[in-house]
Amino acid sequence: MLKLLWTDILFFILLAGFTVAIARARRLEHLRRPWRKVARSRSAMVSLVILLAYLFIAILDSIHFHPRIEGENGQYRGEVISVLDSWMTPIRTRVEKTYSAPFSSYAYAKEMIRQPDGTQRWDYPRLRYGGAHLSDPERETMGDILRIGTEGLAKGASVWAALALLLAVWRSRLDRIGLTESLTLIARGRTEIPWRAALLTLFLILGIGGMLGELGLYYHVLGTDKVGEDVFYQSVKSIRTGLLIGTLTTFATLPLALGFGILAGYFRGWVDDVIQYLYTTLNSIPGVLLIAAAMLIMQVYMARHEDDFASLALRADFRLLFLCLILGMTSWTGLCRLLRAETLKLREMEYVQAARALGVRQGVILVRHILPNVFHLVLISVALDFSSLVLAEAVLSYVNIGVDPTMESWGNMINSARLEMARDPVVWWSLAAAFLFMFTLVLAANLFADAVRDAFDPRRAE
Amino acid sequence: MIRYIVRRVLYAVPLLLGVNILTFLLFFVVNTPDDMARMHLGQKHVTQEAVEGWKHERGYDLPLFWNDRAEGTGKVTQTIFYQKSVGLFMFRFGRSDSGREIGADIRQRMWPSLAIAVPSLIVGLLVHISLALLLVFFRLTYLEFWGIALCVVLMSISFLFYIIGGQYVLGKLLQLTPISGYDSGINAIRFLILPLIISVVAGIGSGVRWYRTLFLEEVEKDYVRTARAKGLSEPQVLFGHVLKNAMIPILTGVVVVLPLLFTGSLITESFFAIPGLGSYTIDAINQQDFAIVRAMVFLGSALYILGLLLTDLSYTLVDPRVRLG
Repeated sequence: MLKLLWTDILFFILLAGFTVAIARARRLEHLRRPWRKVARSRSAMVSLVILLAYLFIAILDSIHFHPRIEGENGQYRGEVISVLDSWMTPIRTRVEKTYSAPFSSYAYAKEMIRQPDGTQRWDYPRLRYGGAHLSDPERETMGDILRIGTEGLAKGASVWAALALLLAVWRSRLDRIGLTESLTLIARGRTEIPWRAALLTLFLILGIGGMLGELGLYYHVLGTDKVGEDVFYQSVKSIRTGLLIGTLTTFATLPLALGFGILAGYFRGWVDDVIQYLYTTLNSIPGVLLIAAAMLIMQVYMARHEDDFASLALRADFRLLFLCLILGMTSWTGLCRLLRAETLKLREMEYVQAARALGVRQGVILVRHILPNVFHLVLISVALDFSSLVLAEAVLSYVNIGVDPTMESWGNMINSARLEMARDPVVWWSLAAAFLFMFTLVLAANLFADAVRDAFDPRRAE
Repeated sequence: MIRYIVRRVLYAVPLLLGVNILTFLLFFVVNTPDDMARMHLGQKHVTQEAVEGWKHERGYDLPLFWNDRAEGTGKVTQTIFYQKSVGLFMFRFGRSDSGREIGADIRQRMWPSLAIAVPSLIVGLLVHISLALLLVFFRLTYLEFWGIALCVVLMSISFLFYIIGGQYVLGKLLQLTPISGYDSGINAIRFLILPLIISVVAGIGSGVRWYRTLFLEEVEKDYVRTARAKGLSEPQVLFGHVLKNAMIPILTGVVVVLPLLFTGSLITESFFAIPGLGSYTIDAINQQDFAIVRAMVFLGSALYILGLLLTDLSYTLVDPRVRLG
């Protein structure tokens, strides 16, 4: 039974809006040109593939449903899980007692083990699931990892080959050339859009993903955390949180920044004064403190309306949504100022004056003539803000004003792992996993945003 | 000039008023004192008397805006708005919810904050500007390309990892500096080195990129070409002309953050256990001490508005083209 959370619905609305925008942009030549420039950049295409891979996982993780209990007809379990959860069930449910290192078959801490002959021994116990199929882990582990890893790689590679073939077929139809010719063009990197670089990135993602997925069935590839949960599973789950914080925030920023910015710039006078006053006031409150104040208030609100937030998932979901909105409230002012300045310039343009002289209504002028011409600013600012929002999530979680502590997020992973750096041997895997996943996303987002800015900013056009 | 300054100062008054009213609404209307009391005393098993007692101790048992029961001016002054919010304008912060004097705490804790924030700003500026100048000097070479690539990579790493990595490598493995802590007087330097290094390194990515764009804008201009044409060497051009003219945006960018140095950095201070205003704020957030958070919100906003004021003034001082309107 499908059971979408609030953030899921908003996320899909956003995606739908995005798809519509792309479909529209394809028909307009002046919008296609900058996108073609983005598509020709190798770093942009590589980052786009990475971003799409993250997006794919986030979408899978955003389709929530009540699982059916096996054996009983028409019964649903109370907990809500996502498609990704049910896909990763073997990894999700194999919970150890506590920490264990990546690929280890033994626990992190020694304990008393009862031996078959009745005596007791002080040693590292075997894990319940990690490497449980091995009879002598110390000898067999390396070979076993290699064997299973190759199997996973092969699976990933076959998916990749199918996708690559699809691409070649599509290109050959489009360019009206033979399939082999199209394949060689791509393989030699002679295409206008750097397909070869994109495909290589995809191969890396699918290959590593295949290996990790296959190995994850037998080992904890990134170890387990304090309560024995698989770190790889946590990192993958965190993708949705990170992406949602980076994207849902636009729900708060765009209407405010667009509405106020254009109105202030177009009408000037007292409207401009009021709006400028509004954003200077809001801007002068330090962002972190405003977020902290809002989060404190939200906690009080949730405590007062305990009945409305019956389940843990609902509570965490509401908190995430609220965090996105409040982050948006603190970050719309910069874009608003840019839009105001641009509108001030645009309203003096001949075509706007002509429209006014012809008696076109104000609302129509704003929507038809001003809005489309400031949209490149919106696009650039959304792209540039995305990575800083993902980074902000980690910092806010550290201050305890981020997402719910029960929700998987890179910030929460770092927060719970940072104290373990003092242990000996060091528990490094949670931090390393959060670092890798976050760094890849933010780096890809930064590179892509740079390419978008270079292509859309008229001052940078050659 | 005087008239300009007076007008700018007067302009700050409605801003402060707006901030004050906004924080008041957030902390007292959206979220009533009853809620605060219950938050502190626990949600369940709390009697109405206990809540009233908590409110009375802290002066939250007054009406919000208008007190009917009081006499004369008391109708206005015997209210939460007057007692808790108007005092902020005179920087009277009152007592925290746990009963400590906030003003005294701030005066005492501002020094450690400054001790870490001021050196970070100065060293950061020097390092970032020199690196950006180097990149501009080697422009259109492989060195520039990889330099920028490195900047993007550095930018993509969360600040938390810089801190954790720095503490682990410099503090734990090499044992060069203490991992965290603070000491009074001159002994504090030992504890400040690590946070200083980390905040400078963490800022390299975005800092260098930002200064580089400022310099590149100047490098394209005609007067720079003239300077080269008359035979100046590249370093002379960069330091004598480009840096000098790029100083205007750099300076105004620095001036706006100067007042905010007082409030310190939340994350750095709490990670390194420096008893400054940043960690004060974080502790208040964690203990849900609304009085302190409210005071810090107001203080931060006031300092930011002061920064805006100083920026406007510094524009008129360094750039003769800006005339006072």
